[in-house]
Amino acid sequence: MKLDDLLKHTSEWLKGTGPNSDIVISTRIRLARNLNKLPFPHWANKKQSGEALQAIEESFNKVDYLKKATVFKLAEINSIDKQLLVERHLMSFEHTQKTDYKAVAIEEEEIVAIMINEEDHMRIQVMQSGFNLFEAWNIINRIDECLAKELSIAYSSDWGYLTACPTNAGTAMRGSVMLHLPALVMTRSIDRVLAAISKLSFTTRGLYGEGTQATGNFFQISNQVSLGLSEDEIVNNINGLIRQIIEQEKQARELMLSRNKSLLEDRVYRSLGILKSARIITSQETTELLSMVRLGVDLEMVKDINRQTINELFIITQPAHLQKIENKKLSSNERDSKRAELIRSKLKI
Amino acid sequence: MLCNICAKNPATVHLTEIIDNQMNELHLCEECARQKSAQMEQKFGLSDLLAGMVDFDKVAKEAESIVPKCPNCGLTYTDFKKIGRLGCGECYGAFKKYLAPLLKRIHGSSQHIGKAPAVKATGRAFKKKQPDLQELRNKLQKAIETEAFEEAAKIRDQIKEIERKQPEIKK
Repeated sequence: MKLDDLLKHTSEWLKGTGPNSDIVISTRIRLARNLNKLPFPHWANKKQSGEALQAIEESFNKVDYLKKATVFKLAEINSIDKQLLVERHLMSFEHTQKTDYKAVAIEEEEIVAIMINEEDHMRIQVMQSGFNLFEAWNIINRIDECLAKELSIAYSSDWGYLTACPTNAGTAMRGSVMLHLPALVMTRSIDRVLAAISKLSFTTRGLYGEGTQATGNFFQISNQVSLGLSEDEIVNNINGLIRQIIEQEKQARELMLSRNKSLLEDRVYRSLGILKSARIITSQETTELLSMVRLGVDLEMVKDINRQTINELFIITQPAHLQKIENKKLSSNERDSKRAELIRSKLKI
Repeated sequence: MLCNICAKNPATVHLTEIIDNQMNELHLCEECARQKSAQMEQKFGLSDLLAGMVDFDKVAKEAESIVPKCPNCGLTYTDFKKIGRLGCGECYGAFKKYLAPLLKRIHGSSQHIGKAPAVKATGRAFKKKQPDLQELRNKLQKAIETEAFEEAAKIRDQIKEIERKQPEIKK
């Protein structure tokens, strides 16, 4: 697989399929794993980093799920391609910095991605469309079992999997669910919901993970505690919490439909109007407007646009994707007009 | 609906608590919710993470004067406090005494109950090879108190052996 092949299909997380996909965009589980006795990436010298990379890469050949994966060395790819991988949620922004001995393995369907030598030797992630925690856990657990047979993993019976940062020790597992909650935002109930979530030791982040703002009514909710609970308990806890948030969003949508239908329709169609006619548009405004149109599609208000088109627009209007499509470097201003042009062409009826 | 705690004011805040895997729904009035949230904050206190948390510990002060060092990768406890990252898996064993209260504060627990790696895992060996010094010292104390001198002598030799191998941690 070449990096450019990624552009030929929609990323797993934006497929818009799977359970509860009107509210849940995607589910992701990641496990952090380190090699026994070898210094963690930030503390390792070049020789040790190279050793880790080689051992991990070799182990992939023996894991069924990873046989079709391609390993990209970060030092060998250009900055637009690195950003492309971040936009597709295949790796973190942190992984684009200081790229020596860093790599990312990507499986064809983009369900499995493994960062090598990020904060830990391995950050394994499994992505699923919609609300699919149990399936994600099944897949990642199987991959983890296979890898553990090939590699000697840093582990203690007291503290579980040993990670560079003690906040990840134990199961070293983080489950995240990306939710689209426009009705909770519009009914001003979201702050109450988010406050409750943080009190329960779950965290909320924006579309692009740690340190990002929630834009376009997208919220990523994940567990914070990884030690003292089993993997099943963590999955069940997230599952229970997300079920309730989904219920609250559903109620808020119904409330808006029964009390303020015309106001809601106005917001949806104004957003669609801007997207269809704008000549210059930033990626943030695009995300916000697409969020409203998506709500219109989910509520069957907007019938001539399908969810697939909206989902595709979310990703192809991102800066690196735009530049890949245009096949050249674009300044921020150039991107804003190219973006508007691309959206108009996709939404033309 | 009335508040679950004071049963006087109407409930306006709806909370879901997960404690020990038991999900608990709470419907509270604003006043009681505020108190409850202050309680929870005390319990988890995740915001002022690592650095701040470590400083509060008596053991951390002790660590400053001894500066323990990981025998495998050479990272010192001072390095850890500065960068907030450990150097390798063995650091957990080397700084066990200081990390235990920190992990407890971060996660609310310091005992892993999740899965273990299938085969080749050798990381867990460090616990058996190097029993915790503090644990041994406590055992020694108990043995002396109960006048089990034979047992005490064995433990004393174990402690000496560990201290010989890891001069950095020696008091």
